[in-house]
Amino acid sequence: MPDFLLEIGCEEIPARMIDAASAELRERVGALLTRERLAVSAVIALETPRRLAVLASGISAAQADVIEQVTGPSVHVAYKDGQPTPAAHAFAKKAGVDVAQLERVTTAKGEYIAAKVTKKGRTAAEVLTEALPKEIATIYWPKNMYWRKPSERFVRPVRWLVAMLGDETIPLEFAGIRAGKTSRGHRILHDGMVEIPRAGSAYVDSLRAAKVLGRAEREQQIRKALDAATRTIPGARWREDRILLDTVVNLTEFPAVILGGFDPQFLPLPEEVLVTVMRDHQKYFAVEDAEGKLLPHFLTVLNTDSDPQGLIRHGNERVLRARFNDARFFWETDQKKSLLERVELLRHVTFQKDLGTYYEKTQRVQRLCSWLNEILRSHGIAVRPGVVHKAACLAKADLTTELVKEFTELQGVVGGLYARAQQLDPSLPEATRMAIADAIYDQYKPESTDDDVPRSTEGAVLSIADKADTIAGMFALGLVPSGSKDPFALRRQANGIVKIVAEKKLPLTVSALMLDARSGYRKSEAEKKFVDDETFSESVRAFFRERLEFYLKDVRGYEYDVVEAVLAADADDVVDALARAEAVKQVLHMPEFQAIGAACKRIRNILWQAQEKGIQPGEKFEYLPEAAHEEKILAEYMERTAGRVEEHQKKKEYLDALITLSTAREPVDKFFDKVMVMVEDPRVRANRLALLKTLLTEFSTIADFSAIVRSE
Amino acid sequence: MTPAESNPLTFQELILRLQSFWAERGCVLQQPYDVEVGAGTMAPETFLRVLGPQPYKVAYVQPSRRPADGRYGENPNRLFKHLQLQVILKPPPENVQELYLQSLGAIGIDLRHHDIKFEEDNWEAPTLSAWGVGWQVMLDGLEITQFTYFQQCGGLDLFPISAELTYGLERIAAFLQDVDSIYEIVWARDPETGGVVKYGDVRLADEQQFSVYNFEFADVEKTWKHFEMYEAECKELLDGYAELIRLGSDPGQKVEEVRDKLDGHVGYPIGEQKKRFPLLAAYDLCLKCSHLFNILDARGAISVTERVGVIARVRALAVGIAKAWVNQQQGEAGPAAKSEGPEPAREPRPKKQKLTPVG
Repeated sequence: MPDFLLEIGCEEIPARMIDAASAELRERVGALLTRERLAVSAVIALETPRRLAVLASGISAAQADVIEQVTGPSVHVAYKDGQPTPAAHAFAKKAGVDVAQLERVTTAKGEYIAAKVTKKGRTAAEVLTEALPKEIATIYWPKNMYWRKPSERFVRPVRWLVAMLGDETIPLEFAGIRAGKTSRGHRILHDGMVEIPRAGSAYVDSLRAAKVLGRAEREQQIRKALDAATRTIPGARWREDRILLDTVVNLTEFPAVILGGFDPQFLPLPEEVLVTVMRDHQKYFAVEDAEGKLLPHFLTVLNTDSDPQGLIRHGNERVLRARFNDARFFWETDQKKSLLERVELLRHVTFQKDLGTYYEKTQRVQRLCSWLNEILRSHGIAVRPGVVHKAACLAKADLTTELVKEFTELQGVVGGLYARAQQLDPSLPEATRMAIADAIYDQYKPESTDDDVPRSTEGAVLSIADKADTIAGMFALGLVPSGSKDPFALRRQANGIVKIVAEKKLPLTVSALMLDARSGYRKSEAEKKFVDDETFSESVRAFFRERLEFYLKDVRGYEYDVVEAVLAADADDVVDALARAEAVKQVLHMPEFQAIGAACKRIRNILWQAQEKGIQPGEKFEYLPEAAHEEKILAEYMERTAGRVEEHQKKKEYLDALITLSTAREPVDKFFDKVMVMVEDPRVRANRLALLKTLLTEFSTIADFSAIVRSE
Repeated sequence: MTPAESNPLTFQELILRLQSFWAERGCVLQQPYDVEVGAGTMAPETFLRVLGPQPYKVAYVQPSRRPADGRYGENPNRLFKHLQLQVILKPPPENVQELYLQSLGAIGIDLRHHDIKFEEDNWEAPTLSAWGVGWQVMLDGLEITQFTYFQQCGGLDLFPISAELTYGLERIAAFLQDVDSIYEIVWARDPETGGVVKYGDVRLADEQQFSVYNFEFADVEKTWKHFEMYEAECKELLDGYAELIRLGSDPGQKVEEVRDKLDGHVGYPIGEQKKRFPLLAAYDLCLKCSHLFNILDARGAISVTERVGVIARVRALAVGIAKAWVNQQQGEAGPAAKSEGPEPAREPRPKKQKLTPVG
């Protein structure tokens, strides 16, 4: 039972791709070993920037023999007068068995002769030599390349292969390279080739000796080193950053950490700028004091063991100084032109090739903001229109600044910082100016489902208007996201709108918002390329329904069927949908609603069947003399409760509405027990259908209970 | 180290060392191309040489002009014109990364005392319809080289591919000399007197005046006219070559008719006419257009609606030249060269299982 090892030696694999590729290779090899009956306990992966490796312990040296049944000619052909014919002899010879050992099998087409043939299992080495190259070639890469032949693709050139069973080489070939036992050590800390004595832990040990560590070990080593380096500054801690940590873990084979410093004279620059330079551009960890205030230090992760001469620290400090100098230079240059003056420059910045410039977008967003302000105010929500208006006017001005051109990820943030630093308008009170700055600062929030929504209502209005304008323009052009194609991140923007509306509890319907956003493009050049209103409304409706579904399920954690039921009733008003989802969740487990759900399903079926037969329900239920007792009871019940339910609904007291409705169980059950709906008499039938239709409508305004799937 | 060289290296010693290193590894040492380019990649020694099947190894310094990056000589880290040392290895040797690391040793960087990382950085040039994958090479947190495996150029799949190493010479020199401003780099040191000439002495006026020109003085109307004239002539040349291909591929065509259409070439058979056709001149005209576009852009003279369109116009020229150039090169080698072209990339198909085990 030898151990198995495969190592693909490669030029530096992009850090962002390593984890997924390694997991995929491990799964592929595991599946292959199982499929090929080389039974295996566990497959583990080891990955570094220069290698993807898979180890499996104790696999079978060969497949077990397999007895296979081979079918021959039909019995009529194979035997004549009970004697085997030449055809039978020929088949037996071919199958390698004696004629006497032939069997008969019955198939759908008749009786045939057959032979049991023992197929020798192949050795693991044979199987793997043949199958592994295909597995290697099939690994998914977000972007791959060729270097030898266009038909051979991998993420970067493969330079060596190690494939072993125990201490034997598996002689497989990929991209012109034959596997052997020779791996390679750390580029700098080791002088090259590493002979692997045998598969198994010896591989990991050999690599460690050659200064190459597995992922978990590297992460641990980095964390420890970050802690140790930070401890040299009293009271300091390094800023935790999962994404950065994953990146540096996958940029190193043997990591170490050094602490560097920068001139405190840079600290007056906004922290956002300093941290972006360090984290995004230099892959440094920031260092802060106990209050979270930035300290003039940084931590960088090396792909080597130490910095004995201090050259590496010196070099990194030099680079950071240049970067910070640049940032300060940009900051100061940008101040020479105020945000207000920059608005005019937006005439030269394209928003989208068909949708015009950012100047035009600014005007549309301002207009849309006014509309939103009015809606909020009419619902008694406090919003300062002046703040929104000014923020919307200046929101995109930072796109013309040097700082944003250099650090695009800081768009919005930079605008907010400049608005804070600049005298926007001498007549503005300080508090108003700060509110404007905050709204600009927050305009791209939330950037993900975990991100916070804008702090103020004004920021929320601006953020919604900006996103709605983009989505409306793109959808009007027919540029609807599909599958992995969403170049303008419209899904993320729509998720943002849903999250803001839900968390700020804004009285908005998506359809009205998008219609108004679209009307902002009226009489523009772009409008000539727009799809018709109906196509637009339908695609936007479907898109936002999906986004709301995502929000309710994945962000708020509502069950699938609750979300379906709630959105089937209405998916236009986010806050309302959320309130209904909560109410439905509360009553879901009451036995009354299980029964009501069943009743709704039944009513839906009856109505559907009636429609299929072309039978129309009556206009309105009437107390006909033929009406059954239970029918009248149910109708009276509805008259009695409908008003109360409606009252609750108006006040959005959905739980109360549902609890009121729960009393419907009894009359409904009795109705179905005693009353037949689809009777001969067309008047009676239409009348009963009318009653059921009203009933279903009544229930379905909160949620479609027939969509709820629960086992008792 | 020879006694004439200093420690750390001067700017010109840095260039000399890198050139000798690559010359010793079989590279042709070319001289900088004498038409304005935005990057070493645009010089014909890269753009045209990476096309087609002929192996080639070349190294050259290329001044690269990016008018919009000018800072009037006031920013210590940014230049309108910087120098790149460009190495093309076609096809790339298996040990190309090791060779590159050795070249760092040759300029006095002992990697045992530094931190070197290859970080993903894929390259794409829309105006050239070219792209590749590779890395930015980081030395102690400083990007010193772009390392790219070309995959496509002029819209054509490459076979064989080339490796392109682009050393940022100012950055490396500032690093070696440990100065905070590019203008403080020692360009040359007089071995007799020890007197130094700095980067600023050599180039500051250049940066100042061209920043002024590109941002303030360049005559927009005339620059547009220049652009249009270069473009028109480049197109005419491309049309002329297309006509030759058409005539050459028509066996019924009489020699006299061909001669009529292309006066001035009388007396040359079609094959010869194709071979001597000035596609290299057409490429110069295309480079002019690209540079003029950059000036107009820096000048803020290209409106948003025009921009995409102008880029597409330059790309159309570059792609047209690349195609014609490959055709012209094939003229010599004949169809044999063509058959080595890239085969279409195919997904490996899983083979069907042959064995059907019995219950």
